[in-house]
Amino acid sequence: MTMQKPFEFAVRDHGRTVLRVCLATLGPDEAEDAWSDTFLAALEAWPGLPADTNIEAWLVRVAHHKAVDAVRRGVRQRGVAERVSQVRPQESRWPGDEASTLVRAVHDLPERQRWCVAYHHLAGLPHAEVAALIGGTPDAARRACADGVKALRAQQAALGESEQDGWRNG
Amino acid sequence: MGTLDDARGRFAERAVASGMVDVRYTTTDSPLGTLLLAATDAGLVRVGFEAQGEDAVVEELASRISPRVMRAPRPLDAVRRELDEYFAGTRRTFTLPLDWQLSHGYRLEVLRELAKVPFGTTESYASLAAATSSPRAVRAVGSACSTNPIPIVVPCHRIVRADGQIGNYLGGRDAKIALLALEGALGPDPAH
Repeated sequence: MTMQKPFEFAVRDHGRTVLRVCLATLGPDEAEDAWSDTFLAALEAWPGLPADTNIEAWLVRVAHHKAVDAVRRGVRQRGVAERVSQVRPQESRWPGDEASTLVRAVHDLPERQRWCVAYHHLAGLPHAEVAALIGGTPDAARRACADGVKALRAQQAALGESEQDGWRNG
Repeated sequence: MGTLDDARGRFAERAVASGMVDVRYTTTDSPLGTLLLAATDAGLVRVGFEAQGEDAVVEELASRISPRVMRAPRPLDAVRRELDEYFAGTRRTFTLPLDWQLSHGYRLEVLRELAKVPFGTTESYASLAAATSSPRAVRAVGSACSTNPIPIVVPCHRIVRADGQIGNYLGGRDAKIALLALEGALGPDPAH
């Protein structure tokens, strides 16, 4: 049986998580475009989706592919921009609710740690699914995730911050 | 970037512009409470009363028409405007294109017939039945009215019992009385 749920409910129920993932993986300048691209691709695929699909995990997978596209696009554009101008880009603007200190700190991690922490801790994907998405073994994904969390904890301790922001176990 | 709500609003416009949103809906305030309005490319397809539950109506649209359903206020602007004018007493007929796809067979025949009952008048279930291909199907006329997917615009509130009593209404009896009062169509003894 294919999807019978209203697409609007997918946006309503999972929009915030997907936006946090996009912010963590891409930063504030490209997050909304990637978020919007993700849901547009989801809208197209929606009627053919099996009814028992884990919608949030599926959306995060779509978002990952959009993020990779955005990074490739960005590398090309920055390449051009750096040749044209040496002016530093403006300070990026992070939106309020969706961009906690945690999301911003995740964005500062090295790429694989950033992906592993965002997909496992912000979106709840198991390490095996994260590995299937980004390549490598589940163990490697688990280690990258653990390294990322260690880096975040060290950074938090160094800053003396008390924010305890929704860590999932495992 | 801005807030999630802003992003959702911009996305709804983008999705509608992509042509992939089969059903657009919004909610609007009215003297009868919040109404849900839904439209397809063909026209207005559903008016839902608050008591029917927003999520339930949206789920019904998804399963009966298409799961590509989105909240998108702007495509419903003309519908909202005509309803506002109707409730303000400045509009007696609706000019909106209608999508009848949620009604079939005899019920559709009844609804098309009752759409001709003019503003400010009432007709009985029996006389409406008499105007159809099954002139004695009074009970079937009643069930066609009680399952009307486009109430108010398709004016099932103008169909009353032959003995002069108001009869039932899918939006509640009080809503039916309010609509008939708005149209100046209440008899001398509306309490029945």
